[in-house]
Amino acid sequence: MKPNSYRTGPDERGHFGIFGGRFVAETLMPNILELEEAYESAKADPEFKAELAHLAKHYSGRPSPLYYAERLTEHLREEAGAGRGAKVYFKREELNHTGSHKINNCLGQILLARRMGKTRIIAETGAGQHGVASATVAARFGLPCTIYMGKTDTERQKPNVFRMRLLGAEVKPVTAGAGTLKDAMNEALRDWVTNVEDTYYIIGTAAGPHPYPELVRDFQAVIGNETKDQLQELEGRLPDALVACLGGGSNAIGLFHPFLDDPAVQIYGVEAGGHGLEVENGHAASLNGGWPGVLHGNRTYLLQNEDGQILEGHSISAGLDYPGIGPEHAWLKETGRVTYVSATDREALDAFQLCTRLEGIIPALEPAHALAHVLKLAPQMDRDQIIVMNMSGRGDKDIFAVAEHLDMEI
Amino acid sequence: MSAEMSSGGRIARRFAAVAQELRPALVTFVTAGDPDLETSARILAALPKAGADIIELGMPFSDPMADGPAIQAAGLRALNAGQTLKKTLALVRDFRETDADTPIVLMGYFNPVYQYGPEKFVADACAAGVDGLIVVDLPPEEDDELCIPALKGGLNFIRLATPTTDDRRLPAVLQNTSGFVYYVSINGITGSSAPKTSEVAAAVERIKAHTDLPVAVGFGVRTREQAAAIGRTADGVVVGSAIVQAVAGSLDEQGHATDGTVAAVEALVQELAEGVRFARQMAAE
Repeated sequence: MKPNSYRTGPDERGHFGIFGGRFVAETLMPNILELEEAYESAKADPEFKAELAHLAKHYSGRPSPLYYAERLTEHLREEAGAGRGAKVYFKREELNHTGSHKINNCLGQILLARRMGKTRIIAETGAGQHGVASATVAARFGLPCTIYMGKTDTERQKPNVFRMRLLGAEVKPVTAGAGTLKDAMNEALRDWVTNVEDTYYIIGTAAGPHPYPELVRDFQAVIGNETKDQLQELEGRLPDALVACLGGGSNAIGLFHPFLDDPAVQIYGVEAGGHGLEVENGHAASLNGGWPGVLHGNRTYLLQNEDGQILEGHSISAGLDYPGIGPEHAWLKETGRVTYVSATDREALDAFQLCTRLEGIIPALEPAHALAHVLKLAPQMDRDQIIVMNMSGRGDKDIFAVAEHLDMEI
Repeated sequence: MSAEMSSGGRIARRFAAVAQELRPALVTFVTAGDPDLETSARILAALPKAGADIIELGMPFSDPMADGPAIQAAGLRALNAGQTLKKTLALVRDFRETDADTPIVLMGYFNPVYQYGPEKFVADACAAGVDGLIVVDLPPEEDDELCIPALKGGLNFIRLATPTTDDRRLPAVLQNTSGFVYYVSINGITGSSAPKTSEVAAAVERIKAHTDLPVAVGFGVRTREQAAAIGRTADGVVVGSAIVQAVAGSLDEQGHATDGTVAAVEALVQELAEGVRFARQMAAE
């Protein structure tokens, strides 16, 4: 059934259709309810909005540019048929302070933490981008900060671990499970249950118990709102297609949400296809290779086995190998409003190199997945059509991993 | 409705019986299938004889967010040995063939139950001889998922109350709770530091002002002495991490059960059982 609007969710119990909710231990419930109250009051407070806007502009460097990727567009037109090859724009979130879209959410949440009188910050991180952004805002506001990061991830993202430590955060490697993002999230939740009185948990993606999926989306919606205005100014119209990568899905929902009720805009979310969707436990495509379940506070699509045990998933990108997905994406898939596709490790690596050579922009491996889909999509669209891709993070952190995959020495 | 329906159940009968003996109930937690299905069945059968009044049987889950390292490891051992929810229900069914009286409460996380299908799970659990459920990540806000179907099906739904559950929230937490209330004595994960006896006593009193259900206290209780101290005021004392650690400590280098595995659990449970029997004597002195 087609809803009247795709932008009214969640309901007061945190549901997007059947997805979302508040599946947490009792110890956390009072905190979750307190957070919901604090966020409702902050949303209605012009001072909160003004403070966030001020920080976004002067600290983070917003608005981020909307950039016409001319050489990439021309390259794709050479391969495309006559009259084909859409114009490709990048929303340059990698130019934000700390190098990704993650700072948008962290600034919003640390202001909430302060409103709530919390004195300690915790966060989980996969690739380290959210960890760095959390450590950054914690330093900026003088709050102690502990970051949980899977041990496997601390090894493949050493530069970000060092950055977090420089910023004064304590980085705790998590050895439980396979030592990746979901295990880090479990450990952050355990810390939160233990230190519930004074601690604020900055969840890094638009997932988790209500109200996190809503508030993270709202803080990230600045991406889509700016894009709308900027493209109006540059081209005098809406884009024909939006493309973003998905781990938990915060950069994607931030770009997509303001456009959900513009039916002419085709929207594509790109999951991590890893070694290929046909390889068991060889990818991190929850929407394309999983089914609904309950984990980390919400009902959503999960990578799991028949017994409901959660799988680790695999991706070349440490920021995408999460076995779940934000509940709003699960709902947007079921309603058919957004098309969810996937790109493999190999396709992402190829796109990474192409972008670097043609545009002089080193993308993070996460948006390299989005770019891999743009490479497939643009040649099939008309020349006068426009794609906006979210360049959600820069690739400096990934050069070591990429070198290894390309058998190159640094 | 359902609370009354279940009031004649094994859990209520057992709490009434131990109250007659002027002592709290010993509630023991073990993980189903830890370290393997066969040993787990033997541990289960040994628990009542060793002095366990009520058995909490953990349903292993890959992501036990409210559990500390000991119970995490126990769940992992069970999953690696091939444990599934189906096998856990079969374990209870086998146990019931030789023990018709000891209440069994299944404890775990929602996703495996959700995948099994909540309605089918309730029916199969009842048929297997399960008496109650504790599902850590289902607060009252999500009661429609499993709590209501479980109560309708004749199972007790036991809720956790915590130090953060204040008087304003307590009625909502207790509303659909039956069997007993599980008071989590600390903010934290299972197997953490021991709770302060005085604080626990105050909390038990606070909860009892809101309900006639028995109140069992757990998280951080490891020894005979702690069981005795907590049992002075609580209707039940729950021990989990210490028991699964006894299992862990008895395994060989490959992590397999040894001749000492069941005995190690028995020895600890016997000590704890002495503790709860000593509790009120201590209080009377």
